[in-house]
Amino acid sequence: MTVQLMQGNEAIGWGAIAAGCRFYAGYPITPSTEIAEILSRELPKAGGKFIQMEDEIASMAAIIGARLGGLKSMTATSGPGFSLMQENIGYAAIAEIPCVVVDVQRLGPSTGQPTAPSQGDVMQARWGTHGDHPIIALAPISVRQAFDLTITAFDMAERYRTPVILLTDEVIGHMREPVELPDFSAIRTFEHEVTEPPEEYKAFRNTADGVPPLVPFGQGYRYHVTGLLHDEFGFPTQRMDEIDPWLERINTKLDKHLDEIALVAEDAQEGARVGLLSYGCTARAARHALKIARARGEKVDLLTLFTLWPFPEKQVEAFGERVDRVIVAEMNLGQLAYEVERVVGRKKVVRVTRANGEMVTPQMILDAMEG
Amino acid sequence: MDDHILEAHELEEGEALIPQADWFNRSETLQKLRKNKKFPTIWCSGCGIGVVMGALIRAIDHLGLSNDEVALVSGIGCTARMPVYMDFNTLHTTHGRALAFATGLKIARPDLKVIAIMGDGDALAIGGNHFIHAARRNLGITALVVNNAIYGMTGGQYSPTTPIGKRATTAPYGNIEPPFPICELAIAAGATYVARSTVYHALELDKFLAEAIAKDGFSVVEAVSYCHTTYGRLNRLGTAADMMRALKDNTIAQSAYERLAPEEQAANAKIVRGKFLDVERPQYTAAYAHLITRVQGGQP
Repeated sequence: MTVQLMQGNEAIGWGAIAAGCRFYAGYPITPSTEIAEILSRELPKAGGKFIQMEDEIASMAAIIGARLGGLKSMTATSGPGFSLMQENIGYAAIAEIPCVVVDVQRLGPSTGQPTAPSQGDVMQARWGTHGDHPIIALAPISVRQAFDLTITAFDMAERYRTPVILLTDEVIGHMREPVELPDFSAIRTFEHEVTEPPEEYKAFRNTADGVPPLVPFGQGYRYHVTGLLHDEFGFPTQRMDEIDPWLERINTKLDKHLDEIALVAEDAQEGARVGLLSYGCTARAARHALKIARARGEKVDLLTLFTLWPFPEKQVEAFGERVDRVIVAEMNLGQLAYEVERVVGRKKVVRVTRANGEMVTPQMILDAMEG
Repeated sequence: MDDHILEAHELEEGEALIPQADWFNRSETLQKLRKNKKFPTIWCSGCGIGVVMGALIRAIDHLGLSNDEVALVSGIGCTARMPVYMDFNTLHTTHGRALAFATGLKIARPDLKVIAIMGDGDALAIGGNHFIHAARRNLGITALVVNNAIYGMTGGQYSPTTPIGKRATTAPYGNIEPPFPICELAIAAGATYVARSTVYHALELDKFLAEAIAKDGFSVVEAVSYCHTTYGRLNRLGTAADMMRALKDNTIAQSAYERLAPEEQAANAKIVRGKFLDVERPQYTAAYAHLITRVQGGQP
């Protein structure tokens, strides 16, 4: 392929096609709408299906239904729609139905500022639905990475039978960068393989890696799917001897694969006592600040998180041990900073926050380094 | 069928005169129940929902569909528990969302017979938006709405189909909200098959359900039922048997209704049973298949 000037949202659309997504359901919302527009055009060409649902609740429900019908599925939205999707994101988590939810964050709360960027949905991505549940959230920092992480999102959703949130933002979504996309035919995402015959199939059994294979409906493997606490067959249960092992499995299944899930990039410098930590569009400002500081002869480390949830504790802890101060820059009033503080200790963390629709600037980060 | 189930769980293991497995083997209908799920059902003794389940199984049997060809999708409520007892591809979702989940499933697998099973609150209050839009799209799904005019599972609150003046735990002075007419709503929204019967008229339900499932379009069957433990008690309507009898006495077949004089029709207070609509319109998944062919450069 040739180099193209492409928007982040467009790259997400192409990433979905490349990952084998063949069903999209969504509801128009700024600043995510381009993803729906692109997929309404491209999915039928690939033999896939697109539908504009009556709201975001229905969109989330439809992608779960379609995945049970055997199609890799996705929806995209922004903060207000993401709030509506929480109900069925919880369903996908408990029923372990793979799906990808793109949240192109805009300034909230409520209708907020539809065209202004934000990173205000970090905690919503983790705890937006009620109850304890596993979830993965990934945050790209560039247009090309928006493409790559969309594919990763599909792969992880399938591999771990969980909803994956692609937590991007208005800056990445609408920014245009020159990108060269790889050949789609070489791209593969995880496919479930089942070895047992239908009569022995248990859609929710425990396995060595905590993730039982999922067989779509209509292939002779009849089973029950519910949002109620359930046994290995999917039948509702109130028996503690069935509930406890199930709870244990679904809430630890991601822990077993943390090394594969936790995607981070570290730019370390020998002797650095200050570390910058950021993600999404703000990581670009952090990179810029790093460049300026190093040009001045200062020694600085940078840790960029691409996986926000499950929180990359091990990597952040090691990072925190090497430096005296960790500067956490984000476009909210300090959401991921809570997690960093929990892991490296509150006294080490300096927050650089902004939630007025303007980006965190490199200067703000440089000021924090000096402060 | 219900008698067999009642006997089955009243007896201790090994006490049954005929081994339980044999009951299942003797009947194709019972074969469609889940043998590995412990009965009894969660429904109160005397509930009408079991009759609807029986009708649904008989309708599917009548159509000669295999268990693998059918998917049942439900929301939340007493009625929504129905799929778990039946040996199909079964999906018990969130409150009101059965049709939205069913939409994705049907589009992914147009060959499956997708049946959304909902109560009145599930389908028309929290799920009202999904109901009208699924009908508008004429998606090939059967919407089975069991209408008992109350929220039974939560203990008897008024629903969008509770008649004016009737009492509920949240309408202690009588309901003042007009009810939704389910069939009329479905027709106005774009459904292509619409019928209503009651749990007293079980054989009529069998027929309507079989027609609805066979229909290539959005089909709606309203199964009028009752809730004697909440609605019946609050409104002094007697036992389950009394309420079942009332469905016989207080309903009228459409054919009889049509023979009434105009002034008698205007004064009619009985629920009309019958098939109200059966028309052809392009079905969504067929239209989308055409779209794909067209986009991919083939003949439309």
